[in-house]
Order: sequence, then C-alpha cells, then structure tokens
Amino acid sequence: MSTQPINFQTKSMRLNTARRNATNYFISGLSIFATILVIAPLVAILFYLVYKGASSLNLAFFTHIPKPVGEEGGGMANSIIGSGVVLTLASSMGVPVGIAAGVYLSEFGRGKLLANLIRFTADVLNGVPSIVMGIAIYSLVVMQQKHFSALAGGIALAIMMVPTITRTTEEMLATVPHAVREAALGLGVPKWRTVLSVSLRTASPGIITGCMLAFARVAGETAPLLFTAFGNQFWSFKLNEPIAALPLQIYVYAISPYDEWHRLAWAGSLVLIVLIMVSVTLVRIFANRGALKGAS
Amino acid sequence: MPLPVPATVETSFQASEPSTPPSAVRSFLRTRGSGRIADATFSALMLLCALSIFAIVIFIASILVARSHLSLAQFGWKFFARQAWDPVSGDFGALPFIYGTLATSFLALLMAVPLSLGVAIFLTELCPRPLRAPISFLTEILAAIPSVVYGLWAVFVLVPLMRDVLGPILYKYLGWTGFFEGSNFGVGLLTASIILAIMILPIISSLTRDIMTAVPNSQREAVLALGATRWEMIRTGVLRNSRIGIVGAVMLGLGRALGETMAVTMVIGNHPDIARSLFAPGYTLASVIANEFSEATGDLYLSALIEIGLALFLVTIVVNAIARLLVWAVTRGAPARVG
Repeated sequence: MSTQPINFQTKSMRLNTARRNATNYFISGLSIFATILVIAPLVAILFYLVYKGASSLNLAFFTHIPKPVGEEGGGMANSIIGSGVVLTLASSMGVPVGIAAGVYLSEFGRGKLLANLIRFTADVLNGVPSIVMGIAIYSLVVMQQKHFSALAGGIALAIMMVPTITRTTEEMLATVPHAVREAALGLGVPKWRTVLSVSLRTASPGIITGCMLAFARVAGETAPLLFTAFGNQFWSFKLNEPIAALPLQIYVYAISPYDEWHRLAWAGSLVLIVLIMVSVTLVRIFANRGALKGAS
Repeated sequence: MPLPVPATVETSFQASEPSTPPSAVRSFLRTRGSGRIADATFSALMLLCALSIFAIVIFIASILVARSHLSLAQFGWKFFARQAWDPVSGDFGALPFIYGTLATSFLALLMAVPLSLGVAIFLTELCPRPLRAPISFLTEILAAIPSVVYGLWAVFVLVPLMRDVLGPILYKYLGWTGFFEGSNFGVGLLTASIILAIMILPIISSLTRDIMTAVPNSQREAVLALGATRWEMIRTGVLRNSRIGIVGAVMLGLGRALGETMAVTMVIGNHPDIARSLFAPGYTLASVIANEFSEATGDLYLSALIEIGLALFLVTIVVNAIARLLVWAVTRGAPARVG
C-alpha cells in the first residue's frame, strides 16, 4: 500500500517555486562564472610573467648596469641598488612618523574629535593618487634644489607610507588588552614607558606587518619617482643626484621599441614581483604566528 | 628605569613591620618622580606626528595651488572646459583629459562592479570553506602587483589581443552603435578601461566581501526560515542591508581608477582627443602629467600640468571621503581595512 504524498501546492505555486529555484541556480552560476573570470587574468598575468621573466633572467641582470641601445646584454644592477636606497630613505622617514601617529590615535586620542579627524584624513590621504605626491614633492624639493634627487624620491614614497602605517598601527594597538596596560600602569610605570615597552611590544608583529605592507605597496610605485628620483643609467649612490629605480627602469624599457630592452623589462618585473610576494607572504606567516595570540 | 629585582621585593615583604622602612617597590615609586614631564613630552611628540598627516594634506594642496597660479590666472575656471592643448602657442585646456579619465573610469566600473559583486557573493555565501582562503589570497596578490607590471602585461598581451581578436569581434557585432569604429590599433580608451577594471577588481571585491560578512547571520537565518531560496536570501537579507557599504566600496574603486597612472599611460594611446569611438586613443589627467611633466618647457606649460594635478587631487579627495564615510557607516564596529 503506497500513499501518495499530499500536495498542498496549486499548479501556479509549483511553477512559482520552479522559477525561484531556477533564478537561484542561475545567479549562483553567474557568481561562480564571475569568480573564474576574475581569477583567470591573474593566473594569466602570473604565468606570463614567470614565463617571460624567467627566460630573460641571467647573472648579468644582477651584476651589470644597462648597456647603450643596440648592444646585447646588460642588466639592472644599479636599479636594484637604487630602489634599495630610495626605499631605505622612505622607510626611515615614513615608518617612525607613521607608528607615532598610530600611537597617538590609539593611546592618547581615543574618542577625541581630533583623533577621529586625523583617522579620517589618513584614510583619505591613502587614496590620493601617487602621481599627485610626485608633483607636490617635485614642486617643493626638486624645484628648490634645481635637480632631481634620490632624496626627493624617498620623501615622496615616505609620504605615501605614513597613512597606511598609521592605520595598521592603530588597529593593532587596539587589539592589545587593556589589562596588560593597566598592569604596567599599576606598577607605577610612566605612561610613555608603558606605551613603548608594553603596548607597542605586544602589538609589534602586527605593526611590522603593516610596515611591510606599506613597503610592498611603495616598492612598485613608478609615478611619483618619474619626477623625483628620475632614473639614472649609471651607478649612483649620492642622495642629491638622480638615482635609478626598478619600477622606473621597467617603465622606460617597456615603452621602448627594442626587443632587448623588453626582455630586461620582463626580467625586472619578475624580480620586483618576487620581492613583493616574498615580503607579503612572509608577513602573512609572521602575522598568523604573531605574539598577539599569546598576549590576549 | 628597570624595576628592582624580585629578590629584593621578597625580602622587603617579609620584613614588613610598621616600624621598618617602606618596601623597595614603594621607595622606587616614591623616588622615581611622577614622570609628568616625560609623559607630556611623549604625548606631545606623538600628537605632532599625528598632526603631520594634516600637514601633508595642507602642504600638498597649498603647493599645488601656489605652483599652478600662472595657469589659474590665465585661464580661470574655463581651463576645465577648454579643449585646446597646444604647448607651442601656450594654449591649454583640460577637457580632453577630463573626458578620458571619466570615460575610462566609468567603463572600468561597468566591467568591474558586477564581477566583483559576483566574487563577493561567491566568497561569502556559496564558496566551500576550504576554497575561501586561497581565492581571497589570490585576489589580494592581484592587488599587490605594481601598476607598471600590469602596464607591461597590457602592452605585450592585452594590446595585441585587442587589436587582432577582441577589436574585430566588437566591430563586427557592435560596430553599428558607433562606439566601436575607426581604426583599431589595440591601444585606446577600451584597452585602458579593461586593464583598469582588472586593477580595481580586487579592491572592490575584498571590501564588498568584508561588508557582506559584517551582516549578522541571524538576518540570513530569518529570511531562510521564511522559505526563501538562497538567492532570495542574498538579495533581501544580505545585499539590501549592505548596499550603502557596497556603494562606498565601488566609490573607493572609482577613486583608485581616477588616479591610476602607469598602466593607463602605457596603453591609452596618449592623444588629447575627444572621440566617440572607444578604439580611439585618449589621454587621462594622470597620464598627461606622467608623460609631459618632465619635459614641460615654459612656466605656463608646467603650471597647467600642476593645475591638472590639483584637479585630480581635489576630485580623489572628495570621492574617497564620501566612500570612506559610507563604508564606515556600515562596518562600524568591525575592524577597518587598510590599503
């Protein structure tokens, strides 16, 4: 004896359910399709970069400076060193200021109108195009000095690092439990000392992560360096002279009509990407394993 | 100032009779001073660094105004409505660049917004748990690739693709609209828009994902309990609650697109024209600065370029401010994202 399931639905209701289910599947399919469509270019770019870059890399790339047009070979050694110089300059100016501003927002200004305004300004400054920083620093430093310089490039990048570092520092300090601070203050440790050796030390893995992310972001910046560091085809270590930088050199080579230079541009891109990826991945591992977990 | 070693503390505790001298901890606290001056100096120093963020914004604005006064005085507000760009005779107007910037950004948003919404929906509602982290990580890597590398890829892969494959197809089937006509060199507004869309996708999708994750699960459960299908749940329970935040995320993407420089400069063709066809070469505010700034001869030329930079600065400040306010209004309480 088999019982028919009692069907409460009328025909139009069944049709309606079918339509709704169809829409559901359709939209789900669309969203999966969109995800594939987004992942595809990334995979294509990475694959192409590794393919073109790896076949163009050789020892000369890391040891030689660029050769004049028409000559085979040459490398980007001076650009790699130059990028290092500019980024060191930028970090040495941007990191302390950024962290200090973050400390103010989190430890001294919490809830104050001024702090909220500063936080908002930092977020907005984060979205200002890098080329605007470039022409501002050009107008201030390069026009005064009457020549392009590594220092100007460093200042432009430092200004770009500050808001990012400020905001991550603030976020990370906010995760430090109040009990930890109170313990230090309760022992009579002055506030400045508490901030430096308790709050900042507890949040240090996260803050380092923020600094590395800011670093990775400005490491690939080209636009602000176009009119500050300007680029250089030779070895240069002087801070008040034009200096070569990896992204600048990639740009110059990419828009040139020479195959040999295109080859170098691919190799340079691969090196740049590997540097950025390594720092971002290290940061991720570091952050996941951070002392923050132990502190809370 | 190091605290006294525990051993001392212990012994002084043991000898804590009323007549004995105060414990080591207490005497340490008495003698080390209040630290008021040090505290005040320290907090003033931190405040100074925080105020430097204001200083940076004010300094950028004032220096751009100061250096563009020649062009401001010469052309006034009409600068932004004039189509001329003739460095030789000193005749400048920003209209072609404004058009190029708006056209490429708008097209890029048109392509990126539906896609990033799809990705965000997939990641928050549909994605099997083990896939979530790798896909998020991939899109974040996409955000970490420098602009100039995107440009390089676009020059050698996207431009030939546009010229030989996509362009002819568009011309054949959509040529009648007038948007896809004229000679197709591969470089132009459309190519620039595509690379822009690829670049702003990760920003919009990761922000949208965060905003959608911030919607409480009880919302989802309530809608599902009423018998909704999953899509109806997403539409009424999730999207409707997060629409303000999504608009904010899209505007942040727009801010990025407006100011994007290197990749666009490399593929847009760099020609100050206003043409209806999307195959035609164009020019944007950012790319004209990148291309012509270091070879600008004459004060008026330089001044006009700096005025373009000033316009770009003000527009992106306004767009970003509105976007931040919208995102902040929705994700209040949830940790903000940086970068």
